[in-house]
Amino acid sequence: MQCISFEQIGVLHKRFKQLSHNEETLRRDHFNEIDDLAFNPIRAQIIEAFFDRRNFHQNGEGKVQEIGFEEFVVVMSHFRPPSAHMTEEQRGKTRREKLRFLFNMHDTDNDGIITLEEYRHVVEELLSRSGTLEKETAKCIADAAMLEVASISVGHMEPDEFYEGITFEHFLKLLERFEIESRMIIRFLNMDTTTLCK
Amino acid sequence: ALKGEERKSRSTKDSGGSSTLRLTGLLCLLFLVFFSRGFASHDVVSEKSSGTTQEDSRSQANSTAHKKTFPVLSFNYEHVRTPFEISLWILLALFMKLGFHIIPTVSHIVPESCLLIFVGLLVGGIIKATGEQPPILDSNLFFLYLLPPIILDAGYFLPMRPFTENIGTILMFAMVGTLWNVFFIGGMMYAVCQIDAAKLAHVDLLSCLLFGSIISAVDPVSVLAVFEEIHINELLHILVFGESLLNDAVTVVLYHLFKEFAHEQAITVTGAVLGVISFFVVSLGGVMVGVIYGIVGAFTSRFTSYSRVIEPLFVFLYSYMAYLSAEIFHLSGIMSLIACGVIMRPYVEANISHKSYTTVKYFLKMWSSVSDTLIFIFLGVSTVAGPHTWNWIFVIFTVIFCLVSRVLGVIGLTAFMNKFRIVKLTKKDQFIIAYGGLRGAIAFSLGFLLNNNEIKNLFLTAIITVIFFTVFVQGMTIRPLVELLAVKKKKESKESINEEIHTQFLDHLLTGIEDICGHYGHHHWKDKLNRFNKTYVKRWLIAGERSTEPQLISFYNKMELKQAMMMVESGSAAKLPTIVSTVSIRNVQAKGSPKPSRAISKSREEEIRRVLRANLQNTRQRLRSYSRYELLNDALEDDISEARFRKQKEMERRMSHYLTVPANRQETPPVRKVFFQQEHKVYTYDDSESPRGRASPSCADDVSELKETPEKPDQSSTPRANRDAELKPKEQDDQGDQLKVSRCLSDPGPNPEDDEDSTFLP
Repeated sequence: MQCISFEQIGVLHKRFKQLSHNEETLRRDHFNEIDDLAFNPIRAQIIEAFFDRRNFHQNGEGKVQEIGFEEFVVVMSHFRPPSAHMTEEQRGKTRREKLRFLFNMHDTDNDGIITLEEYRHVVEELLSRSGTLEKETAKCIADAAMLEVASISVGHMEPDEFYEGITFEHFLKLLERFEIESRMIIRFLNMDTTTLCK
Repeated sequence: ALKGEERKSRSTKDSGGSSTLRLTGLLCLLFLVFFSRGFASHDVVSEKSSGTTQEDSRSQANSTAHKKTFPVLSFNYEHVRTPFEISLWILLALFMKLGFHIIPTVSHIVPESCLLIFVGLLVGGIIKATGEQPPILDSNLFFLYLLPPIILDAGYFLPMRPFTENIGTILMFAMVGTLWNVFFIGGMMYAVCQIDAAKLAHVDLLSCLLFGSIISAVDPVSVLAVFEEIHINELLHILVFGESLLNDAVTVVLYHLFKEFAHEQAITVTGAVLGVISFFVVSLGGVMVGVIYGIVGAFTSRFTSYSRVIEPLFVFLYSYMAYLSAEIFHLSGIMSLIACGVIMRPYVEANISHKSYTTVKYFLKMWSSVSDTLIFIFLGVSTVAGPHTWNWIFVIFTVIFCLVSRVLGVIGLTAFMNKFRIVKLTKKDQFIIAYGGLRGAIAFSLGFLLNNNEIKNLFLTAIITVIFFTVFVQGMTIRPLVELLAVKKKKESKESINEEIHTQFLDHLLTGIEDICGHYGHHHWKDKLNRFNKTYVKRWLIAGERSTEPQLISFYNKMELKQAMMMVESGSAAKLPTIVSTVSIRNVQAKGSPKPSRAISKSREEEIRRVLRANLQNTRQRLRSYSRYELLNDALEDDISEARFRKQKEMERRMSHYLTVPANRQETPPVRKVFFQQEHKVYTYDDSESPRGRASPSCADDVSELKETPEKPDQSSTPRANRDAELKPKEQDDQGDQLKVSRCLSDPGPNPEDDEDSTFLP
């Protein structure tokens, strides 16, 4: 795990206290109080990500009901920008870590595979704030996306073979040109000076 | 892929006939030149002759007794002279462009801009040799006619995501970098002028600063011309290019400022303060003018469904007016033009038809291409033409200081900006940015506008030398240097629905995390802007139901449209282009997924048939062989014909999706124009309808259908997939809309594949 600076931990701690109303742990309803999140189409998944043991880097599984500050920081550390001088190996490791986080967000039933249903759910959520609930369209888009993954990862399948779902390796391959290590970053964790906290 | 084939065929043709082609090209060139020259010298003669014919006609009117034979063939060149010569010049430019692409060997080593300048030199030399005065690149002509198309083309197709992500860096380079260049070069040249040996004592500080302001700005035309051929990665391209566009404001302000000061021969503090204020006015004012015209243009496009043919003109004219309006007030015309294009584009593209979109794209490319060819040729000609004052020291030092200041500026600014950047700029990047600081025709035209004659020639010579140096030396060597330094190239953009999904997902995720952190960062504001855009702006500026279409759906539709177009163009409905894998939708959908019920009510079935019939009225000849009316009638009776019917319907529906379909005409078939290019490439075009209506995704089901040959009717699993598709029209009909078309491809720019897009204009 990469280290976060002392100052950043201090800022995060302040924020943690704010969110949890000075309690020791955060619960889901604390997250629900954040107003700005209300507009976010995938807020449910984001909140779940904080309570997902798989993101705590302890090889755990399943969900928890409340998290302490340590877990909060660990989840936040997924959004750490890459340091200036990284070897290819380190870069690869960071990429895997971030993509693992995304994968966990999609794979809601913890079976290590993103099935068609789960992917459809992802697309539906993305479109859910658009105003018109276009379930059929969401289904189609998800189907097309799965088809693409299958084409890229597996390539050749017999007509009666069945593509189970996106495994983590396929997911990596799918997004290898996505440059996730430079995109999935919160600048907040990059600045040395403390920024405004609400 | 198509373009590659074209090139290959061209090169194989030419390996045999390249020498003859070259000769022909040269002959054409000489012919054209002599033609124009010849006509130019006819001035005197034709004037006299027109004078005499006028006299004759007058005297004829007076006395009919005058005997004069009726001129069966007369010669009157004067009244067509101007357009004739303009056309000849443009033709020359086009022949040159064509020639350089036909002859492959040279164009790989030397960038096109160099060759064009060289041709200009030749032509200018020939004209001068015959005693005429060659035309000079008139500043008016340049700024009002030649420059806007290039900038509009650049602005309209500016890739917004990398531009906005790097806007801070771009602004730094454009503003601070240019300022640094101006003062450094101006100051150093003044120091040089103090050297006695140069005999330049008459050049004072203000003139030097003025000179600095002219020569410092990186030129968008040259940058575009050179960078387009080397295909470096998007980041570097947008940095240098963005800088070249945005430094216009600085250049304009400093130029006018120093010109005023040089005129007054004094620098005042108030003058300097006013200069700073003027800078903000010029840049923000320019942007505001552009935004206003952009919004008006977007709003207008909402109603252009009533007359689709003139849609592209609106785009061009509003942008041009934005440029001219900004120029009236001496605001930055370039920034205004860019702002107009950027603001207008998303809304206009949602409103205009596919044909209009293609027209806009191709006209912009065409005009900008002609413009930049003409600019370079004229640069060459003007070099031969203009009076030159060659001063070794001045010129050499100018070149040196331009390079030095550019390098220092880039290094300094990068060191500063890297503190704020996530993706840091490496030394290689810095080198390319510094090396890509090319000067061009804007500097020349600005220099040409100077008043003072003795210094003007000196400056002009130096400017031309710097331009030549940057374009020739830097332009030619940048490609091998890019190879040598192994700079990342532009990755081929393969549109992937997964990447689009994840781009959006990531945007929302990062916004959410920022909200949780309580940090109002960059994603938070972007999200707010998007929401504002969606709730208010789109409603006003986009016609019909497309205003509520989420981006993911637009993207998906565009992708499907592209695939459908490719399919139609490939000529065979049963043969899909480039399916590399044998994976089909069947492999993806769960075997045990619940089958949708077969019971579709008869009335629903009737509706569906009616819908399909209405839309497939004038369909292509190929599909007539299937006699679909019969199929429609005896469907549902046996499995095999049902499978074929559904497959056929899917195919037709897929093809009909992507042609303009009227939204609300249910009774009478729409009026369509049908073009037959080849027997299998038929496009129906309907330009009297507004393409409204909802998306009807036929999605990946079609992929599997069309892969199968019609002789395999016995897949038990196809009806299931078909039924999924079958249900969709039912859903759509619930809203009473018909099948919708997705029209506009909002490309970031023309991809090589799109060059083969052969949709017609009416």
